[in-house]
Amino acid sequence: MSSPPNVAVFVTCLVDLFRPSVGFATVKLLEDAGCSVHVPIAQTCCGQPAWNSGDRKDTREIAEAVINAFESFDYVVAPSGSCAGMLKKHYPEVFAGDEEWQGRVTAFAAKVYELTEFLADVMKIIKFDYAVKADVTYHDACAGLRELGISRQPRALLDALIGIKRTELKDCETCCGFGGTFSVKYSEISNSIVSTKVENINASSAKMLLSGDLGCLLNMAGKLGRDGSTVEVRHVAEVLAGMIDSPPIGDRKQPRRDKIS
Amino acid sequence: MEIRSHKFRQNAADALANEQLQNALAHVRSKFIQKRAKAVNNLKAFDTLRDNATAIKNHTLENLDVYLEIFEEKVIAQGGQVHWAATAQEARGQVLDICRRVPAKTVTKGKSMISEEIELNEFLEQNDITPVETDLGEYIIQLRGEHPSHIIAPAVHVNMDQVRDDFRKHHTHLPEDRVLEEPKSLLLEARGILRERFLKADVGITGANFLVAETGTSVIVTNEGNGDLTQTLPRVHIVLASLEKVVPTLEDMSQILRVLARSATGQEMSVYTTLSSGPKRPDDVDGPEEFHVILLDNGRSSMLGTEFQDMLRCIRCGACMNHCPVYHAVGGHAYGWVYPGPMGAVLSPSLAGVDKTGHLPNASTFCGRCESVCPMHIPLPKMMRHWREREFEQHLSPPSNRRNLKLWAWFAVRPGWYRLMTRFSHLGLRILSGWSGSIRWLPFARGWTRHRNMPGPERQTFMQAWQRHLVERRKS
Amino acid sequence: MSTRSEILKKIRGAVGGPDEKNVRRVSVEQHIKRHPAGTLPSKISSKAGAIKLFIKRAKSADATVEQCGTANVAEQVASFLREHNLPATCRTGTDYKLKRLVSSKANLLELSEGPSDGNDITAISCALGGAAETGTLILVSGPENPTTLNFLPENHIVILHEKDIVPHQEDLWKKIRKKYGSGEMPRTVNMITGPSRSADIEQTLILGAHGPLRLHIIIVKG
Repeated sequence: MSSPPNVAVFVTCLVDLFRPSVGFATVKLLEDAGCSVHVPIAQTCCGQPAWNSGDRKDTREIAEAVINAFESFDYVVAPSGSCAGMLKKHYPEVFAGDEEWQGRVTAFAAKVYELTEFLADVMKIIKFDYAVKADVTYHDACAGLRELGISRQPRALLDALIGIKRTELKDCETCCGFGGTFSVKYSEISNSIVSTKVENINASSAKMLLSGDLGCLLNMAGKLGRDGSTVEVRHVAEVLAGMIDSPPIGDRKQPRRDKIS
Repeated sequence: MEIRSHKFRQNAADALANEQLQNALAHVRSKFIQKRAKAVNNLKAFDTLRDNATAIKNHTLENLDVYLEIFEEKVIAQGGQVHWAATAQEARGQVLDICRRVPAKTVTKGKSMISEEIELNEFLEQNDITPVETDLGEYIIQLRGEHPSHIIAPAVHVNMDQVRDDFRKHHTHLPEDRVLEEPKSLLLEARGILRERFLKADVGITGANFLVAETGTSVIVTNEGNGDLTQTLPRVHIVLASLEKVVPTLEDMSQILRVLARSATGQEMSVYTTLSSGPKRPDDVDGPEEFHVILLDNGRSSMLGTEFQDMLRCIRCGACMNHCPVYHAVGGHAYGWVYPGPMGAVLSPSLAGVDKTGHLPNASTFCGRCESVCPMHIPLPKMMRHWREREFEQHLSPPSNRRNLKLWAWFAVRPGWYRLMTRFSHLGLRILSGWSGSIRWLPFARGWTRHRNMPGPERQTFMQAWQRHLVERRKS
Repeated sequence: MSTRSEILKKIRGAVGGPDEKNVRRVSVEQHIKRHPAGTLPSKISSKAGAIKLFIKRAKSADATVEQCGTANVAEQVASFLREHNLPATCRTGTDYKLKRLVSSKANLLELSEGPSDGNDITAISCALGGAAETGTLILVSGPENPTTLNFLPENHIVILHEKDIVPHQEDLWKKIRKKYGSGEMPRTVNMITGPSRSADIEQTLILGAHGPLRLHIIIVKG
């Protein structure tokens, strides 16, 4: 048997600041899948705030730092389609026309995966040896869906987990209105978009909302919380890792649920 | 049309507070998306056709000078005339010259976004010529003194009750007690009124969906038949077209037609695709005696060879706005100029200046759905980002934003300092979120907390927790 | 410098230098001469298949379609008019083949000739062809079939010969090139797929806008 792949986790700045549980769930899933997991200490952010604000110079500096810190590993995995998309699809644009970096950035981009994509397509995970009881629905975060084509993988993984009841969310491919700084700069529009999303979430029978990007989850959880909704919001990694005893996003209380016998 | 894009924020707030508009926009959200999805799913070759259509337009743009010359030669050979206009003003002048020479009192008009772009109606009215919009949607908004809010469904912001009120207000020669309960009765009333206008008009003005270089043909695609009556009945037909409408051959046009209607209305073909080549021939018993094509640049040639060239592939199907969450929320008028939605967010800065329209490429979540449905594979989000880059380079973005960004970027390339900063931020957020775990008021993101909570962070940052975890792991 | 040359100069500056313009012109002219067809989605191998598909697609675009032999065209027209309570008067162009088809010994129809001034209730035209892929009729202008007949009357009856039904619109471009010469066109070519319609009021589709309220296609066998 070949040695386990060396996988570096790109934690993402939002998981670092708001929701370490997602980081630990990611590490667990990767270790369970047989990877040798590393968390490079020299990581901060993927650079999207600068990139999407038109600041190429700072983006470039950040991208160089990320590549330096991560390129020695076999794979780079992020629990976020948005950040993985930045690393995989946008870094090559950041270095476009730079012959010195071209080879490095291409090799780096080829190693980058979003978590569920990596588990399903590279590690070929088709079953879990534990059960998780939850009644869930899944929102396709835009960057993962459209930049990386992630749609099948999180659903397949959830469906492989015993105890999961999954229903499709109406308009699951429509944006939640987060859009990074958009949610603050154009907050009225963002609010209108997330309100429509929340209507659809409430109209579904699911008790738990999942997605693959923490930004979108913070937005939807924040709106659901303001509206007093009881829908529990979590990153899909938490459920896949069976780590759903911690308080959900935007809450400090542990959820009450029946234990699985 | 006065540019109101700099007031985007206020326009958007007004739109969001307008209940009637919000009801009307629900039709865009549901109907357009479903119809397109069905049409696309029914055609296996759709993606191949998209690739072909994209390649055709790329090839044409790379040889645009040659194709325009060939188109012009063919039009002239058929007895038509070609007028080149560098600016909106020049194009308006050319229309007026033709109308004066006729001389024209009334001109009928097929739906044309170029006409909106050059503000033709206002100009004709100032010169005592009456423009009559004949597309039902355009007719409705002309009565209302408004501009289109959508490039293929100009009156999508208006509901049936409003149309009924407008018709009663303006069609005063009709009996007051007539029944106008159904959309059908409104349509028939408009048909009757516009029929007289068609027959009386001296000049007909249409846009063009394509200009075919091979044959010197202008092509319009419609469902109502109004554009066809506009260009068949009057003595003079004027085609208003921008440079990039040219395609090489009839076959190339047919490839693009296969993705156009499906992307726009979800039809396989629009009802009428009409190809006009020159004025009426000696043995013709109907058709215009004069055929003029006005080729408008108005900033497009400056897009060639730049990162915005791909935008010139646009065939104006409207799929990007039909699938845009921001358009769904605020509608087309909020964008403040002729072209709304994602295509407008890229095109408006090119044509009207990014200094006046800077909000448009910024008011996007970058969800990417526009690009995913664009039949011409136009990378709309990428081009909006290019506009943001131009704004950043030219120091057009707000100074406070730039300062914050620079400060954050300083930390982002210094992991040690970044850790320290996140620990402070974490502490602050932790305190603000209190016992509930959610923040209801956040000083630097009040826009966010005005409408929703900011979920509070967990006990530690990931990096803190991970270090502790590693220590414990080593111990055990 | 004229606006024309300024615009062309600007374009040339962006897409290539002035010297290579002639090189590009040669390759562009070759493309036009070859006019490659690209991707044709419908796989249709037989005439019968094309006719069947044409009928299906035309009906799905809300046209009505009948098939009949050359001897029964007048009867078909009369029956359509009766069905919709329409007078038996029809406007046509000078197309003598069409006139022969719709004339009958029993004088079922009263025909008048020429373009429409907007007072005709029903017009009959003959199509140059039909594209099966989308159920699209192709009509060309001229005294035989004036363009106003396609749009002004409320009812449009179109005669389409079976032999003129082809799989794709591209097949009709070939036919037009053959008939009018390469790069030449009749003044107007109308591609018509169903009767006129509008969805401009609340995105509700209504049949019958500015053009005909009804489109009736009679496919003539043999």
